[in-house]
Amino acid sequence: MANEKKRKRPHSSRNSMLSGGISRYGRAAMYARTATYKKKWTVVKKEKAASPKFIEKQIGGDKNGGKRQVRVKRQPRYYPTEELAKRKRISKKPFSEHKHRLRASITPGTVLIMVAGKYKGNRVVFLKQFPSGLLLVTGPMKINGVPLRRVNQIYCIATQTKVDISTVKLPPRLTDAYFKKKKLKKPRHQEGEIFDEAKEEYSVSDERKEDQKIVDKQLVPLVKKVPHLQGYLRSKFALSNKQYPHLMKF
Amino acid sequence: MVFKRFIEIGRVAYIAHGKDAGKLCVVVDIVDQARVLVDGPCSGVMRQAVNMKRLHLTKFVLKIPHSVRTKIVRKAWEKDEITKKWQDTTWAKKIVIKEKRAQLTDFDRFKLMKAKQARGRIIRTQYNKMKKEAAKAK
Repeated sequence: MANEKKRKRPHSSRNSMLSGGISRYGRAAMYARTATYKKKWTVVKKEKAASPKFIEKQIGGDKNGGKRQVRVKRQPRYYPTEELAKRKRISKKPFSEHKHRLRASITPGTVLIMVAGKYKGNRVVFLKQFPSGLLLVTGPMKINGVPLRRVNQIYCIATQTKVDISTVKLPPRLTDAYFKKKKLKKPRHQEGEIFDEAKEEYSVSDERKEDQKIVDKQLVPLVKKVPHLQGYLRSKFALSNKQYPHLMKF
Repeated sequence: MVFKRFIEIGRVAYIAHGKDAGKLCVVVDIVDQARVLVDGPCSGVMRQAVNMKRLHLTKFVLKIPHSVRTKIVRKAWEKDEITKKWQDTTWAKKIVIKEKRAQLTDFDRFKLMKAKQARGRIIRTQYNKMKKEAAKAK
């Protein structure tokens, strides 16, 4: 047992890195250091099962001889007369395939301070992260007027204050598509009625109001349970004299 | 202004910045006009020459001859109970408070503000009450 445990310990390299990504010892020095010359290698050759190049295939038709040898891998039909430079593969992934990480300080229920946008300075509760990487937050609306909305985590300060939201069940229709900005129809001016048609204005949809109610109903009692937390969420964050945000704890 | 605290042998000083920032030490010897030899066996300061600019002088002075060994410094320190006396000073208490304040989280700061408001309210009501009574008595 003890031996096995010893063997399982991760082995670190004997060759440490110098600054600039250069390894400390060269190949020859490492050969001596690791005592490679002492090791005896027994090379076991793997026997490869020879895969057939041809397959016999039955061919229909009277004058075709009945069967034929066909190559498993077809040979190229086209040979370039000139050698062309190979096209480089672009290894960049589109945004939708990016990996989205969440800051370790942000977990469901964390109180965030919004730094940008319409609600900057507001303290909000983080609910979950969407596949797009954006965070779903809410004030809750009933407490400080911040609705369910998406925020980028770079525009948030994470505090150490947490609300236990393990019991909160979010409506399943809250997705990225749900929060996507809908295009408003612009009036098309036709002859004679230039000033008649008004612009279509944004209005909060009924389903959003409904979802906000569902979330608030669950979240507000949890906030009220913690003394002073409601007032805290209601108040706005601001820096006063001699407060340096990079030196402060949140 | 009259200076009352001097750099002298046995002077206990607070190291303001650098590696040993926040620790106490004793002046053991004077190297030149800028530097002193310092030792702090009870506060984790190695015996070393230190620029005087780093030292803030406390009111404590140990009775030691110059250039004494660490062992004797420790004895003198423990005899005078400098560590305990230092902790009782307002200076040291303020440092503790400052550290505590820096550790407050955003929510703690809010609660502190609320507590201060509540305190002010109590004082104000009491003050007004007394003021009224005083006016009546006249």
